Amino acid sequence: MTPLRETVETVERASGEYRYGFVTDIETERAPTGLNEEIVRFISAKKEEPEWLLEWRLKAFRMWLGLEDREPRWANVHFPKIDFQEACYYAAPKQEGDGPASLDEVDPELLRTYEKLGIPLREQEVLAGVAGAGNVAVDAVFDSVSVATTFKDKLAEMGVIFCPISEAVRDHPELVRKYLGSVVPQGDNFYAALNSAVFSDGSFVYVPKGVQCPMELSTYFRINAQGTGQFERTLIIADEGSRVSYLEGCTAPQRDENQLHAAVVELVALKDAEIKYSTVQNWYPGDAEGKGGIYNFVTKRGACRGADSKISWTQVETGSAITWKYPSVLLQGDRSIGEFYSVAISNLRQQADTGTKMIHLGRDTRSTIISKGISAGRGQQTYRGLVRVQPKAGGARNFTQCDSLLIGDTCGGHTVPYIDVRHPGAEVAHEATTSRISDAQLFYCRQRGLDPEEAVSMIVNGFCRDVLQQLPMEFAVEAQKLLGISLEGAVG
Amino acid sequence: MSEPLLTIRNLRASVDDKEVLKGIDLSVAAGEVAAIMGPNGSGKSTLSNVLAGRDGYEVTDGEVRYDGQDLLAMEPEERAATGVFMAFQYPVEIPGVVNATFTRTALNAQRKARDESAIDAIDFLKRARATLARLEMDEDFLRRDVNAGFSGGEKKRNEIFQMAMLEPRLAILDETDSGLDIDALRIVATGVNAMRNPERALVVITHYQRLLEYVVPDSVHVLADGRIARSGDRELALELERAGYAAFQPA
Ligand SMILES: Nc1ncnc2c1ncn2[C@@H]1O[C@H](COP(=O)(O)OP(=O)(O)OP(=O)(O)O)[C@@H](O)[C@H]1O
Ligand SMILES: [Mg+2]
Repeated sequence: MTPLRETVETVERASGEYRYGFVTDIETERAPTGLNEEIVRFISAKKEEPEWLLEWRLKAFRMWLGLEDREPRWANVHFPKIDFQEACYYAAPKQEGDGPASLDEVDPELLRTYEKLGIPLREQEVLAGVAGAGNVAVDAVFDSVSVATTFKDKLAEMGVIFCPISEAVRDHPELVRKYLGSVVPQGDNFYAALNSAVFSDGSFVYVPKGVQCPMELSTYFRINAQGTGQFERTLIIADEGSRVSYLEGCTAPQRDENQLHAAVVELVALKDAEIKYSTVQNWYPGDAEGKGGIYNFVTKRGACRGADSKISWTQVETGSAITWKYPSVLLQGDRSIGEFYSVAISNLRQQADTGTKMIHLGRDTRSTIISKGISAGRGQQTYRGLVRVQPKAGGARNFTQCDSLLIGDTCGGHTVPYIDVRHPGAEVAHEATTSRISDAQLFYCRQRGLDPEEAVSMIVNGFCRDVLQQLPMEFAVEAQKLLGISLEGAVG
Repeated sequence: MSEPLLTIRNLRASVDDKEVLKGIDLSVAAGEVAAIMGPNGSGKSTLSNVLAGRDGYEVTDGEVRYDGQDLLAMEPEERAATGVFMAFQYPVEIPGVVNATFTRTALNAQRKARDESAIDAIDFLKRARATLARLEMDEDFLRRDVNAGFSGGEKKRNEIFQMAMLEPRLAILDETDSGLDIDALRIVATGVNAMRNPERALVVITHYQRLLEYVVPDSVHVLADGRIARSGDRELALELERAGYAAFQPA
């Protein structure tokens, strides 16, 4: 047995149902508990940030104070009020001096963690074609800091910048300063303001004019430390005529407490550029009684700034106790295209309120929304989507398809579409279906030899096919397995 | 003589607290083709479902032995893996799942349960293509979603395709001939005949003598009001065609 396979199996044995629920035993450096200006300064100082960024954070912090008690309440999710003074806003694996210059300087315990998770950090393994390690460059974020970015040199040859955002602040301040907060402003919403004040790490990508990024870029997020939130910030800029595909994966240990994950992702596509952003989110969902699990309160938004640009969001959301997430596209450039493909599962006591906003501003802009919601156990699932066509967006077109699949009769599926059309020539089409996995389908599969879990997994994968086939190959296979695992125990 | 492949003794079963099977006795030997005929609502599909292990059918008495095992004690997928196949009277649609994937997954699930190695996609495709050609079916079938948007006849032919791929030891065909046009009936019959061999038993449920002209049965049984009312050879089928079921209807 290969060491990789062995560690994976050990993890599976050790952690029971949630396969990524182990904790890495590593020394952690933390900020004092609580949130105030001092903490914001502490984080900024830890990262040796320039003055302008500290000011930017402090401005966000003051906005957040102004928004206090203004958490979004319209979402169909229920949880006790969060005490933001009880959390810790910075946790990092302890290390000497600067960040790691190469993988050899990364704590071996960390490398082992990523190995257990099946994330390829060692470039030579990727190059040697180790099973499961495709042609993917990886930025791995562990709690608040980025621990390793692979293939940096190869990408640099083509002018592609792919690095931790803290490094981009240092090495490419002009780009960060120009685009940070340009799509999701500091005061956009309660969680975005919080993130802007305390964001720790995340990825930065810049693809120069005319460059087709030669490999998938990927960030792998992991929450490890106890009592911490994760507030990563991702910024991707595709310059004119460029193209990039970016993947994001997430896991967290199994803990009884709830942990907050409030990320912000901003995408900017200039003229003729294309960004494809895929997420497989598998944060710890909590147990069957609803104890523990991640609160995933995330603001993701892309701006199609230039004409003929395109932004495509694909998400497979299987984890988290609560998901509050609406990856959106501002269609500013004429003929720009926005897409949202989503699969979300709510099993156990999970609650997901997710969807998208497509804001048509330019002429002849197009958007497509395909949402597949699956509810099982006592899960609650809401699709919430806005399609807005502004007065100048002549020729705008949208197509929305929302399908809900219910497994069992203790779960719920809801669809809340908002349509706001201010141009008479726009075409907006919305279709919605709700179905159940029927006993007849299950029996048909079992009669052919599939056990009930394989049967559910097959039926669900079929239900989600239109979305799954949008994922890059490496992720599609993982996502299919994940759907099966997430629904284990959903049928008796 | 050795034990028949399938032996049903005094089988009683109810659906929704209504007794539908009222004491079935029936044996089918390996190599045999047994035809079951009977009026609508007499319990033919119920018998198939009970043999395949569908939920909602409560067995209240009797036993079923299959290949020396207690069939009723097994889960549906275990029955499938030991070679029990049922062609559904109303095949089920599974949107988004293509036939090739479905059939290969099923085949490999069965093989895994029998400790056999998995068939890879390429070998599967070769076999699937050859089988489709034999059944005069378009290769397009493999790429279409399981039964979704199929015509009634196409669904039935898809059942025969799956049977041919899964190579069961006991195949129960529940009115596979209903809804087929004359050419399709001949092709399906050819497919069924190709499955006949000394190790395999076929239970063919039908309303029509026509199928039995192509698939000549070794025995014919009349199921009426939840019991095997009469058994005979193929002459019995001809007699039923002439006289109908009047003699078997409850008074
Ligand atoms: N799921 C069910 N719920 C309620 N009643 C059922 C169910 N399945 C079968 N029955 C009843 O059991 C009886 C036998 O039905 P079954 O389908 O076995 O008949 P059949 O012989 O196959 O008829 P046909 O020739 O029309 O296919 C009928 O009265 C039917 O209404
Ligand atoms: Mg019937």
